[in-house]
Amino acid sequence: MKSLYKIVAIAGFTFMVTSCHDDAKPNYQFFPNMYEAVPYETYSEHEVFKNGKEGQLPAPGTIKRGFVPFEIPNTTEGYALAKETLKSPLDSLSRNPENGKALFNIYCAICHGEKGDGKGNLVKREKFLGVPSYKDRVITEGSIYFVETYGLNSMGSHANQLTQEERWQVADYVLKLKSEL
Amino acid sequence: MKKVGNHKSFSRIFFSLALTLSFSLSVFSQDSTSVDVAAAPATGGNADAGKALFNANCAACHALDKVMTGPALRGVADKYDKEFLYKWIKNNTELIKAGDPTALKIYNENGQKAMTIFPQLSNTDIDNILAYTSQPKPEPVVAATVVDGNGGSSNDSGISNNVILGALALVLTMLIVMLFLVNNVLTKIAKANGIEVQKDSKSLPIWKAFIKNQFLLVVTAILFLLFAAYFAYGYLMQVGVDQGYEPIQPIHYSHRIHAGDNGIDCKYCHSAARVGKHSNIPSLNVCMNCHKNISEVAEETLAEGNEYGVNYNNEIQKLYNAVGWDKTTQTYTGKTEPVKWIRIHNLPDFVYFNHSQHVTVAGVECQTCHGPVEEMEIMRQHSSLTMGWCINCHRETNVKVEDNAYYAKIHEELSKKYGVEKLTAAQMGGLECGKCHY
Repeated sequence: MKSLYKIVAIAGFTFMVTSCHDDAKPNYQFFPNMYEAVPYETYSEHEVFKNGKEGQLPAPGTIKRGFVPFEIPNTTEGYALAKETLKSPLDSLSRNPENGKALFNIYCAICHGEKGDGKGNLVKREKFLGVPSYKDRVITEGSIYFVETYGLNSMGSHANQLTQEERWQVADYVLKLKSEL
Repeated sequence: MKKVGNHKSFSRIFFSLALTLSFSLSVFSQDSTSVDVAAAPATGGNADAGKALFNANCAACHALDKVMTGPALRGVADKYDKEFLYKWIKNNTELIKAGDPTALKIYNENGQKAMTIFPQLSNTDIDNILAYTSQPKPEPVVAATVVDGNGGSSNDSGISNNVILGALALVLTMLIVMLFLVNNVLTKIAKANGIEVQKDSKSLPIWKAFIKNQFLLVVTAILFLLFAAYFAYGYLMQVGVDQGYEPIQPIHYSHRIHAGDNGIDCKYCHSAARVGKHSNIPSLNVCMNCHKNISEVAEETLAEGNEYGVNYNNEIQKLYNAVGWDKTTQTYTGKTEPVKWIRIHNLPDFVYFNHSQHVTVAGVECQTCHGPVEEMEIMRQHSSLTMGWCINCHRETNVKVEDNAYYAKIHEELSKKYGVEKLTAAQMGGLECGKCHY
């Protein structure tokens, strides 16, 4: 009888040891103070900030290195202005068709299609409809850059995914696709 | 306490066996329902052709029953004169410039947003589109039956499982009872016939026999120690390793749908992985790039969500609440609340890791480290992220040296030094302590 108790006790203990694992909780650490940074880390919370978040907006008026001011406003008139007057500042060295293509395939092709025919995967699956083919629209490099920066109608802005230079490179590639359609 | 090496695997195996058994028994019957397109009403156009045209040209900004970038269009043919609509669709800018009162009214009612002009559409095309927009709204009966059918069938399978298990248990207990009764009857018969049932002769209890046998005792002790050491080692080695970590996020985001079914590139949302140390948690404006237009998921997606116990539409609504988007007026309210995403992959403070070095320079696929994310309904940590795991990959992975003129010379010299054609990351100094720890 005594041994039965022992067996039950051991079985119970093993069950307790093994059953507590919960994938929704992080694991134990050997020396937490070596794992956890003393200064604030990306996406961490820290009391030194007013709203407690590490992710802060830059101070007002901050300009990113290499940033060129873009003064055309996000309006219909602005679009027309960009379409007519805006020209790519890229010189022959910064034009990079391969990079433009790679970026286009990541950020644009999902709706506009890899050929720019408006038949991306999301359109084929009918999640997004009415994406035009570049062939059917009058576009210039200025208008493409404008739309990448501000978005147009259902398309959102891609300014936080692509830098200014990258946007110009993509604009180049869009014109190339349009010429091939 | 956490999982211990392979310790749990037995219970896991049994559990998964039981699970697979129970699931293999259940049959999910999914009725395929087809929606019949209603015949075109008497507007003179072909609604089917109109639907194709509508989807190709108008659907970017208009839906039939909800306000998108432009107003809802069901029944628009009844509101306005047909000749006016022809003109408006072909070139609304001209109409507005000419000062047409109806055109100006529409323009002002919809926030003075300019509609794209469609000079390529013919009057017949527009007739077809109008026929499509004049169709009566389909009753949502289909949706209800699909959902009901699913719920019903899964309930049925649950009941049938329980019934089968219950029947099995019943049969087994009956067998035990019968054996017991048979035994009783036999003893009674034996007694009645005067035969004495032999009882087991008293022998040494097995424990005592075991203790007396010193050889067995030593072997058992050694085995016990070996096992204990194995499991203790296994336990200690997994401390601090978060492989399989799968927290519940504030908004249920399905990588399976976005990256898998829809095939959106990882870098569309995690754009910083290309250029930065961190792969960013996408800010909500990136979600809104698509979800400004997708406020509800398709019927079949919604049904898939039932399998995971999620209503995807509610999750999209959570996004709208967080980002402050009013989907009825299609405007931002300005009232936002931050989403407290739970970070899954987290290296200790004493390790340096740079995403752009791996993603852009080395061209490593995201899946190499993060696993089949495109199949994960709930994101989890796929790799152990231990140092051994890093080192292993550095030893096995060949460095992409082609098309890299800048390093061509050093690559050549290193290849000569090691006498290999392809350099691994380790041979380029990928094992040096200072590369990651400083």
